[in-house]
Amino acid sequence: MRIALLFALMAVTTGPALAQDAHAVPGEEPVDPYVVSDANAGATPFEGQAMWAAFNEGEGVGRIVDQMLDLSAADPRTAGIFVATDMVRLRRTLREQFCYILNGGCRYTGRSMADAHDEIGLQPADFGALVEHLQTAMTAEGVPFRTQNRFLAKLAPMRPDTVTR
Amino acid sequence: MTHEVGASVIRSIFPCLLACLLAGPAAAQVFDWVPDSRTGGKLLLTGGVSSVEGAGGGGLATWAVTTGYGAEDGIGGNVHATYVSLPDYELRSVGAAVGLWDRVELSVARQEFDTGSTGALLGLGEGFTFTQDVVGVKVKLVGDAVYGQASWLPQVSIGVQHKSNDQGAVISAVGGRDDEGTDVYVAATKLFLSESLLVNGTVRWTKANQTGLLGFGGDRNDDYAPRFEGSVGYLLTRNLLVGAEYRTKPDNLGFAAEDDAFDLFAAYAFSKNVSLTAAYVDLGSIATFEDQRGLYLSLQVGF
Repeated sequence: MRIALLFALMAVTTGPALAQDAHAVPGEEPVDPYVVSDANAGATPFEGQAMWAAFNEGEGVGRIVDQMLDLSAADPRTAGIFVATDMVRLRRTLREQFCYILNGGCRYTGRSMADAHDEIGLQPADFGALVEHLQTAMTAEGVPFRTQNRFLAKLAPMRPDTVTR
Repeated sequence: MTHEVGASVIRSIFPCLLACLLAGPAAAQVFDWVPDSRTGGKLLLTGGVSSVEGAGGGGLATWAVTTGYGAEDGIGGNVHATYVSLPDYELRSVGAAVGLWDRVELSVARQEFDTGSTGALLGLGEGFTFTQDVVGVKVKLVGDAVYGQASWLPQVSIGVQHKSNDQGAVISAVGGRDDEGTDVYVAATKLFLSESLLVNGTVRWTKANQTGLLGFGGDRNDDYAPRFEGSVGYLLTRNLLVGAEYRTKPDNLGFAAEDDAFDLFAAYAFSKNVSLTAAYVDLGSIATFEDQRGLYLSLQVGF
């Protein structure tokens, strides 16, 4: 969802000049420096391990992120969002964000939602489409519907920071 | 507004909506001249279904959501046909509604309250039918029912419904004061997403008898009063919302007591283009005929 966009943004804002790129890992394009903080994830983690387990932990979250992004990139409504995106970085930071929120023990090292989506121009309908792809991916992973909604309730408040009005 | 005007509005809107529906992707092109007019930005069922008075909502209750699937950058629209089978009557409604940029909703509906064989017992004649046109406007004021998950604030909208009934003489004969009236309402809707629970509460200032099907005001009371309509729904899947509604109504006519209404509903969205709502409704006593409980079916087609 916005998260994805946000990550996309991070990738987009690549500044080729700054060599000391502490925030991109090998295989990713460089990004401008920013303050790394879990607060950038835009939501507080769940308590306990039930949510993390329901998402089949790291492997499940990886599959969900991959399918969500694959569906979004293949969807004419949302494909344009990812044209200039470093998908390697986006997949990594999205996994981190989901893992962090699901209390899977990860740190989130990506940008804030607002920064990551600053120049993407995400529209409300794009956001809806991304949510739908995430729902499809969570369903494919076997995440119960009500559990999906608990997770989406954490992501929903990020919408104002990710969508351009 | 006269019925003729209402009907002409319906006739003029229907072809457009139907054309848009049939055209599929071309629907978006039709509206390309309007800035930011993407379609389908909302999630399934989050525009509500078509309430019996034509506005976006549940079945008996009007909600704060704007109808259709247009988000803030888009528009949505739909047509509906609703059928309510009661022991002694039949209620039919057809209508059309549009939601504009998730801010404004415009709706029209024509209701037919068919007394069937009961009409003869009431001295009105077999098959006597009250026809009522409802024209509505709703404006979202604050909040976001779906995405406002970090806030306690529900989505709040205000609206107006003007209703005109074609049987002024009969309405007058049974003590009704007017054959047309205007309801004003404030609706608050919130989806408690972490609980998959949708809650709506609406206060409607009205003096409509049986929502206007038996006119407005009466020999017992002719003043506006606030009435409540509430809905609680539980999302079982992305496509299926089940729940219950309750609606209080005035009791203005001396010849027949009027009861509150209640329903248990299931709304199923086959897609963003088609939904079917089925409900068990209990409308209580209508024009001295008690226990009007039956089946409510409503088909909505739109985008």
